[in-house]
Amino acid sequence: MNRRKFINGIMGIGGLGTLGAAVYPVLEYLVPPESAEPNVSSLKIGKFSDFEMNSSKIVKFGRIPVIVVKDEKGMMHALAATCTHLDCIVQYRKDAKQIYCACHNGVYDIKGRNLSGPPPKPLEQYAVKIIDDEIIIKSQKS
Amino acid sequence: MNSFLDSKTFNWLDSRYNLDPIKKLILHKKVPVHKHTIWYYMGGVTLFLFMIQVFTGILLLMYYQPGESSAFESVRLIVTKVKFGWLIRNLHSWSANLMIFFAFVHMFSVFFTKAYEKPRELTWVSGFLLLVLGMAFGFSGYLLPWNELAFFATKVGTDIVGAVPFVGEELKLVLRGGQDVTGATLSRFFGIHAAILPAIFTLILIFHLLMVQRQGMSEPEFFKKLPENKKKYISFLPDFALRDFLLWLIVFYFLIFLALFFQWDLGLKADALAPAPQGIKPEWYFMFMFQSLKLLPPHIWFIEGETFGVLFFTFAGLVWMLVPFIKLKSEKFQKRNVIIITGIVVVAFIVGMTIYGYLE
Repeated sequence: MNRRKFINGIMGIGGLGTLGAAVYPVLEYLVPPESAEPNVSSLKIGKFSDFEMNSSKIVKFGRIPVIVVKDEKGMMHALAATCTHLDCIVQYRKDAKQIYCACHNGVYDIKGRNLSGPPPKPLEQYAVKIIDDEIIIKSQKS
Repeated sequence: MNSFLDSKTFNWLDSRYNLDPIKKLILHKKVPVHKHTIWYYMGGVTLFLFMIQVFTGILLLMYYQPGESSAFESVRLIVTKVKFGWLIRNLHSWSANLMIFFAFVHMFSVFFTKAYEKPRELTWVSGFLLLVLGMAFGFSGYLLPWNELAFFATKVGTDIVGAVPFVGEELKLVLRGGQDVTGATLSRFFGIHAAILPAIFTLILIFHLLMVQRQGMSEPEFFKKLPENKKKYISFLPDFALRDFLLWLIVFYFLIFLALFFQWDLGLKADALAPAPQGIKPEWYFMFMFQSLKLLPPHIWFIEGETFGVLFFTFAGLVWMLVPFIKLKSEKFQKRNVIIITGIVVVAFIVGMTIYGYLE
């Protein structure tokens, strides 16, 4: 190896190193820091007696939106409100008594099972308890 | 034109910077005249609309404030309180849509007249990249008013990015600035829309325009075969440029008409806990992809429907971009005009799916 080749090699390695040293922090900078998620295991969402029959509301369970439904018979259901297809927020349809996603016409039953349309998976279920007329939802994972 | 070339100013500059290439362009550039000449004007119209985008975009920047609690409010201020704010926003939105429309027309006219063939392969590739960047402009700009429709369109759009194999989840995280679409996403989209995309777009645009000037207008096959005395040309300057300018004026009046009489709705402010509104639709130029994804079943073979859709459109886009490099070896295929038929199928698919999406 002559001197020219040697110096070219050293410069090349140095150049690549410099490029890496410049690109790596930029790429890392672009990845957002993990936000400290509020550690929620249960959530009070209001009084059972105030909740209308055949209606729903969406609440935030930590950072996850959860749809809570009181059906015609007065049974409570809580499901992850994020459609398993493309992340839209679902809604309860009083007429069909089903969970519906308006983005791509995905349909789930009241237990979160995907019935029709593009959703590939059911909605995650949350446990609902009523203690002293207070509705409490709990993650099934915890 | 000649008087400009003889002027003192031009000579002063010429003696210092050697303006021969510009002189050559002014004196010698010619545009062929034939039954397809009209298509030569489409790129120019797209360029004109891009200039309007830059101008109105800069004006909107004077009042727009990105942020979860300020974006919607600042756009509302622009359209309700700022003098002619509504006009500037309408112009920006309408001209964006027209720009994408003319870019599509320009691309398909180049495709069907086979103007992408050697030696213009890189002009085609850069043009295709400009269209993709134009659509990225549309997608990122759509979120900036922080309204309900934009919020869900962005949720869906970024979730689709998440379906890309291997790097999808990371890309989604980087685009959203977190797990969900939040104010962090808005900040990133604003940066992408107002800084990153304009920078990349301008570079590729300069390359695209330089290629066009360097190689001149493409002549269709039938025109090339004409005997020299039957070939008609007009000079680029001033004849073609003046016609170009006239068409720009017509497009400008049409744009003003749209901006005056068809308001661009602001809608409701985005709410992360509200269900997606009924009849949510993306911008028309994403409709054919949106509709196709809607029709796909949850699973195709062993992969999820949306992943299949994303892979299909990415692959189709790549093939389309590389079309000038595809050589058909069999003469049978060449005679049957396989490329043209493919183009017709693509146009029919895009138009058909778009109409279907709106009728549903």
